[in-house]
Amino acid sequence: MEFGKLCRVAAAALALAACEAPGSRDNADAGKSPIANPFPSTYKPYPSETLLIANATVLDGAGARIENGAVLIEGGKIKAVGADLTAPDGAVTLDARGKWVTPGIIDNHSHLGAYPSPGVDSHDDGNEISGPVTAEVWVEHSVWPQDPGFTRALAGGITSLQILPGSANLFGGRGVTLKNVPARTVQAMKFPGAPYTLKMACGENPKRVYGYGQGSAPGGAPYSRMGNVAGYRDAWIQAADYRKQMDKAESGGGDPPKRDLELETLADVLSGDILVHMHCYRADEMAQILDISNEFGYKVAAFHHAVESYKIADKLADYGVCSSMWADWWGFKMEAYDGIPENIPLVHNAGACAIVHSDSDVGIQRLNQEAAKAWADGKRIGIDIPIEIAWQWLSLNPAKSLGVDAQTGSLEPGKMADIVVWSGNPFSSYAKAEKVYVDGALMFDRNDPANQPVMDFELGHPGEGDRK
Amino acid sequence: MIRHLLISLAAVAASPFAFAQPVAVYGETVWTGTSQGTISDGLVVIENGRIVSVGPASTRVPAGATEVRAQWVTPGLISAFSRTGLTEVSGVDDANDTGAASSAFSAALNAADGFNPDTTSIPVTRLDGFTRIAVAPQAQSKLFGGQGFLADTSGLTGSVFRERAFAYVVLGESGAQLAGGSRPAAWAALRGAFDDVRFFAARYMSHNEGNVLTRMDALALMPAVKGDQLILFQASRASDLDAIMDFKEQNPALRLAVVGADEGWRVAPRLAELEIPVILDAFSNLPSSFSQLASTSENAKRLAEAGVTVAIVNLDNDSHLARLATQIAGNAVANGMDFDEAMRALTTAPAEIFGMTGLGVLAPGARADVVAWDGDPLDVTSAPSAVFIDGEAQPMESRQTKLRDRYRTIDESQKPMAYKR
Repeated sequence: MEFGKLCRVAAAALALAACEAPGSRDNADAGKSPIANPFPSTYKPYPSETLLIANATVLDGAGARIENGAVLIEGGKIKAVGADLTAPDGAVTLDARGKWVTPGIIDNHSHLGAYPSPGVDSHDDGNEISGPVTAEVWVEHSVWPQDPGFTRALAGGITSLQILPGSANLFGGRGVTLKNVPARTVQAMKFPGAPYTLKMACGENPKRVYGYGQGSAPGGAPYSRMGNVAGYRDAWIQAADYRKQMDKAESGGGDPPKRDLELETLADVLSGDILVHMHCYRADEMAQILDISNEFGYKVAAFHHAVESYKIADKLADYGVCSSMWADWWGFKMEAYDGIPENIPLVHNAGACAIVHSDSDVGIQRLNQEAAKAWADGKRIGIDIPIEIAWQWLSLNPAKSLGVDAQTGSLEPGKMADIVVWSGNPFSSYAKAEKVYVDGALMFDRNDPANQPVMDFELGHPGEGDRK
Repeated sequence: MIRHLLISLAAVAASPFAFAQPVAVYGETVWTGTSQGTISDGLVVIENGRIVSVGPASTRVPAGATEVRAQWVTPGLISAFSRTGLTEVSGVDDANDTGAASSAFSAALNAADGFNPDTTSIPVTRLDGFTRIAVAPQAQSKLFGGQGFLADTSGLTGSVFRERAFAYVVLGESGAQLAGGSRPAAWAALRGAFDDVRFFAARYMSHNEGNVLTRMDALALMPAVKGDQLILFQASRASDLDAIMDFKEQNPALRLAVVGADEGWRVAPRLAELEIPVILDAFSNLPSSFSQLASTSENAKRLAEAGVTVAIVNLDNDSHLARLATQIAGNAVANGMDFDEAMRALTTAPAEIFGMTGLGVLAPGARADVVAWDGDPLDVTSAPSAVFIDGEAQPMESRQTKLRDRYRTIDESQKPMAYKR
C-alpha cells in the first residue's frame, strides 16, 4: 500500500488535506476530508512511560532473536532493540528475566464486534446478506465496541486486528483495521491511517446463500461457481467505468459521477487505495481469482482460510499474495475437506507470505499456539523454521496484508510500541501473555486486575470478565 | 456389563494382531494414571493385547520384544464427547449422520447406526493419541438426542465396543428451543418423558403415543430412567445445573453427567457432593450466550479443586477436531489446573464416566492402549510417534498425511501431481 494514494483521494476531493507520512502526528486520520474519510479515527495512544524491558528473549518480529535482549520504549514508540541497552535517565526498567518479548499479534481475520458475545439474533450484524454484491456496506458500522471478545483477545496478545464482514456475498463490504484498545466508539479504535480493505468471497458460501437461498432453488444468482465469477467480473466492469469517470473529473475533465457507495469502494480498489481480502478455500479458485485481478488491474492482498494454499504455494509466491490460514481446521464443509496441518509451513517454505488468522473469538485468544502447532507440524516433515522467522506469520505478515507494516508488526525503531511480554516461550500451551502494550501503554497485565478491562455488558453479571 | 465384556473379548479375538510379539515402550516420562504416578525413565511392556508391566526401564522385557523409545508415554487418550465417525463432511447433509431434525423419533435414535469406521477423521483423531471415543448424536428433533456409543479409533469393522452407552439429553437454551420455546417446556417434556417410561405398559398398551414419547422412544429411554444407563445432560447455566441436581435428588437412582457446564464452577461443591461428573470445553471463557455469562478459563481448575470429576473435550468442531482436547487441557493447566488432573480429564475421568474398564491407565492387566509421544502430550508442539490399540501398533497415516506427502514438493515437470502417491 502506498500511503500517498490515500492522500491523493483526500486532496483531490477538497484540496485541503496536508498529507504527511504515517506516524508523524498522533492521528493520521485527523484533518481528512469528511467525504474521503467520513468516519475518521479518533484513536489516541494512552499515556506510556519510557520503559526498558530487559533481560528477555526478544523476537523482533523481523526475523531476529536476541537472547538476554532488551526493548526500549519512548513516547509510545520503539526506541531501540538490542542486547546491550541501558535505561536512559528517568526510564522505568522491567526485569523480564525468563520471559519472552514479541511484537503484538495482529489477527487479520476477526468478526469481533460484528458478531459479538453474546451471540444473540439482535447481535447478528456481521454480514449484509441481502444481496451478492454489498460493496457499499462498511463493517465498522456493525462493530459494537463493547464486545467482551476484544478483552479476551487482548489477554491473548492481540494488539491490532482486522474486522471483516461475513462471507455470504461475492463482495461483502469494507473491512476495518482496529487497535485492540477498549473504547466507547469504534472510531476510537480505528488504526490511524490504515487503508480500508474489501472483503470478497469465493466458492460455496455465495452460491449456497443466493443460489439455493431461502429454501428454494434457484433462488437467484449466483447459483454456481461460474456464476460467482460472472458476478465478480460484472461488478469490476462497472467499477472500471466509474473509476474512469472519477479520474477524468479529477484531472479537470468534467463533473464527477453521481455518488454511489458500492462503486466508490470498488473504484478505490482499482486505484490501489483499498486492499482486497478474499475468503477462498480451494486452490483452483484462488488461481482463477488471480487471473481476474490481472484482468481488471487490482491486486489481492490476502486469501483467507486458504486451506488448499499448499497445493499452489508456488503460484501464490509468484504473484505475491498472502495466505491467511488456520493451523488445523478442516472437514466442516466440502471446500475445507483437503485442509492439512502442514498448510502454513508448506506455504512459508515455498517462499509465499503465510499468516495465522483466527476467524474465531476463541482462536484469537491464542494465535501464538496456532502458529506453534503449524511450526511443529512443519518441523516433523523436515521444514525447520526458526521461531523468530515463524513469528512473522503472527505480526509482520498480517501487518503487510493490511498495509500497516510501516507502523507496526515488528520491534523496529520508530514503530508503534505494540508489544507482548510472555511468561515463557510463546510456542507452547503453557505460555501466557503477561503484559500487553499498545503504543507503549500497558493495556493488559495478567497479574494486576486494575489492568484487565471489563466491558459494560459484563458488569454486574456473575462473570464480570474472564477470571473474577 | 457382561454383554459388554463378551463384545470386547470378541473384538480382541478377531483382531489379527492381538497376539503379535511383545512390545517394550520406553519413555523418559511415563504418565500412568494410577498410584504409580509419573515414572522417569519408565517402561511399559505389552503382550497379547494387554499391558503386562509398568515400571522403571530396568523392568524385565520378554524375549523378542519390539522396542519403542519416546519422550513421553501415556495411556491411550479417551475423547469423552464427540461426533467423530458420524460425518465425513459436516456441511454436506448427505454425508452427515449426526442429527435428524425431521425424524419422528428422538430417544430411540441409535448413533451407532450412523457410525462409519472408515470416516477420515478417525485416523486424524488417532494420530493425536486418542484411542477411544464416546460419540453422541445431536439433538435436533426433540431435547432427547438419542443413544451414544463407545468406539475405538482403529477404523476397523467392529470398533464400536458399546452401543447405547448413554442417553443424550439437551437442556438449557437449546433444550428450551427444541421443546417449543422455554425452559419450562423443556422440563415438562423431560418429566413427561420419564412419566411415559414409568407407565410404559399401561400407556402404550393400545396405541403408539405417550404424552411426550413414541413407543420406540420410551422403550429406548427406559434403561436411563431406571438408572441402568448413563444420561448425559447438556447444560451451561448455573440455574440449569441446579435444576438437574434437583432432578437427581428427586430421582436418586439416575446416573448422570453434564456436558458443557460453563458455569459449573458456581455450583461445584454440589456437583461434587452428588458425584455428578462434568464434560467441559476449557476454552469456553466468553459470555457467548445468556447461559454462559459466568464462563471462565478457570472453570476446569475450580471444578477439579472442588472434587468434581472433570473430562475435557473440544465442543467446537467436535466431529473433525476432537483431537484438540489435548491443547485445551494444556490451556486448562496454564489457567491453574493441576497437570495430573488435566491428564486425568483425558484418560481416567472419561473411563470412569463411561465405565470403560481397563482403559485410560497404564497398569498391569489393562488393555494395551498406549501412546508414545515426542514431548509433553498437553503441549501444542508435541505429537505421538506411535499409537497402540489393544496392543496393536496403529498405522500413523491418514488422508491428511497423504495429501501432505503428495504436495510436500510441487513438481509437475514429468507428470501431473495426481500420479504421486
